[in-house]
Amino acid sequence: MKTDGAISIWFFIGISLLVNGVLILGAGLYEFSHPPETKVVLYQLHANVWWGAVLLLCGLVFCLKSAPSRAS
Amino acid sequence: MTGVLAALLAAPRLVRLSAIDLVIVVFYFVLVLAIGFYLKSRSNTAEDFFLAGREMTAWIAGLSFLSANLGALELMGWAAAAYQYGILAAHWYWIGAIPAMLFLGIVMMPFYYISKTHSVPGYLKLRFGEASRALSAISFALMTVFMSGINMYSMALVMKVVLGWDINFSIWVSSLTVAVYVTLGGLRSAIFNEVLQFILIWAGALLIPILGLVEAGGWRNLQAQVTANASAEYTHLWSTLGSFSDNPMGIHWTGIVFGLGFIISFGYWTTDFLVVQRVLSAKDLRSAKMAPIIGAAFKMFVPFIVILPGLLALAVLPVKLTGESVAVATGGHSYNEVLPLMLARYCGPGLLGLGITALIAGFMSGMAGNVSAFSTVWTYDIYGALIKKNASDKHYVSMGRWSTVVGVLISIGTAYLVMQFLSIMDYVQALFSFFVAPLFGTVILGMLWKRATPAGGFWGLFAGTVSSIGMWAWVKIDPSVLAYVALSSHAKDMAENMYRALWSWLVCVIVTVAVSMVTTPKSDSELKGLVMGVTDIPSEGQLSLVQRPAFWAVAVGIVFVIFNVIFW
Repeated sequence: MKTDGAISIWFFIGISLLVNGVLILGAGLYEFSHPPETKVVLYQLHANVWWGAVLLLCGLVFCLKSAPSRAS
Repeated sequence: MTGVLAALLAAPRLVRLSAIDLVIVVFYFVLVLAIGFYLKSRSNTAEDFFLAGREMTAWIAGLSFLSANLGALELMGWAAAAYQYGILAAHWYWIGAIPAMLFLGIVMMPFYYISKTHSVPGYLKLRFGEASRALSAISFALMTVFMSGINMYSMALVMKVVLGWDINFSIWVSSLTVAVYVTLGGLRSAIFNEVLQFILIWAGALLIPILGLVEAGGWRNLQAQVTANASAEYTHLWSTLGSFSDNPMGIHWTGIVFGLGFIISFGYWTTDFLVVQRVLSAKDLRSAKMAPIIGAAFKMFVPFIVILPGLLALAVLPVKLTGESVAVATGGHSYNEVLPLMLARYCGPGLLGLGITALIAGFMSGMAGNVSAFSTVWTYDIYGALIKKNASDKHYVSMGRWSTVVGVLISIGTAYLVMQFLSIMDYVQALFSFFVAPLFGTVILGMLWKRATPAGGFWGLFAGTVSSIGMWAWVKIDPSVLAYVALSSHAKDMAENMYRALWSWLVCVIVTVAVSMVTTPKSDSELKGLVMGVTDIPSEGQLSLVQRPAFWAVAVGIVFVIFNVIFW
């Protein structure tokens, strides 16, 4: 939702997903290279790597689709 | 709810956040505040502040409508209920929500929207007069700030138990954050943040059922494990409801269908201003009709992140969860810790922070919903109607901002009151329930029956509310009358609530009809835009089939039926 060239709510959501995606993917990759002593269940699936990547991609799409520059 | 919190109080800290998790939580707080500051310049008129300028799309209004209800205590509470009672808990998401949401969109929304009311009490004023508005506005405002305080305390307690955070720190940080962004940006800010919170709740909670199903080996294996660990009844939605004694909840299908599916659900989803306010912000009538339908479509899938984790916990957790008293006595885990336990089971660094953020987001969206609804009802329906009529638009916006701050402060006071006297929580929740069912009777008769008179509306609402309080007090004084109120002496609290709602709704309807028959109704011209039969509802003939709200309501209704059949 946006009016008068204002920033869309979807842009804020994109920013949120993008930043969370980068942080979670980063944490997942670090964990991948430095396996922790205490592992979560299904650690071998490396959920934080692929879930972080999914969030990052979704965030990128939201940001690009609803960037303020496109609105103006 | 008291039980949930008592159990949480006694539990040890469940998880420990890493630095990256804390960064994710802090980033969330920074973002919601940034949204509030950004929207400050766009909340200058009363229409902007209280109704978000009435320019929300159907998607935004619909997701906000759902998010305002998706509090974290609800998520944790229903995950616990799923562990305790099985898939029966999904009734609160399906028959206990979907039909009412579709009814709101298709039948009731045109009258709310065309009447241009700013609130549900405002509609009662237009339809039945000032007395009905005052009764519903004062009760709603009081209960809303109390509920907000209870949610605030609950969140602080969950943060203490899950993360070891100080209760005072959690209460003040979360409530001041909500106060800042709602005071600055009004309803628009609350709605923006609710949509953000909705996305974060899904992003943070969706991994639990996905990984849980991987671990359990799919739905069939999950059913087999639940049957082995609990009983086969835990995975059936309807087939065990033929008798009170055949299912884990001790409930009969009539209670689910008529009490929950009709009265409680319709009362909450169609007349509670906390959720209806979101839909009133829609930019046009079609969007206002579509918003609850979009909300219903997403609501149908919420059991995937709430009920399924509870069932998965029954199958995969190595420890047996118990009721709160046993958990306190043995130092074990209670049902109410299901969601945090499942979060800790599958989520490593980063994901854990996102999951905790989802819980905080859920609490804050509920709190912001309460506070923004309180501010609107206070300013328009109490202050503007009873204290200072005909003030300037700017004055009412200023009052809206101040009442938001005051509402948050009263909520904080309530949170500390609850901390001292935990049982208050149950009483306030009961009080809240007293008004919902009769209000639905008054509003639905007002919208659908033009013969209903102002006197009928007021006395029906009054009698319904008083009868509900009376039944509740009667059972408290003499528990043996439960057999009459709830049709069974073995009825649990939930069953009692459902039947009490049903009787109080009937009292409201009967009194409204009886008084209306002996008093003078309003003329048709006075009822235009308020009542079916004398209101011109814009034709949707120019819209294609897929653009029509009714088409999507039918589609959602079909999926709803399919889900009920699949899990019968």
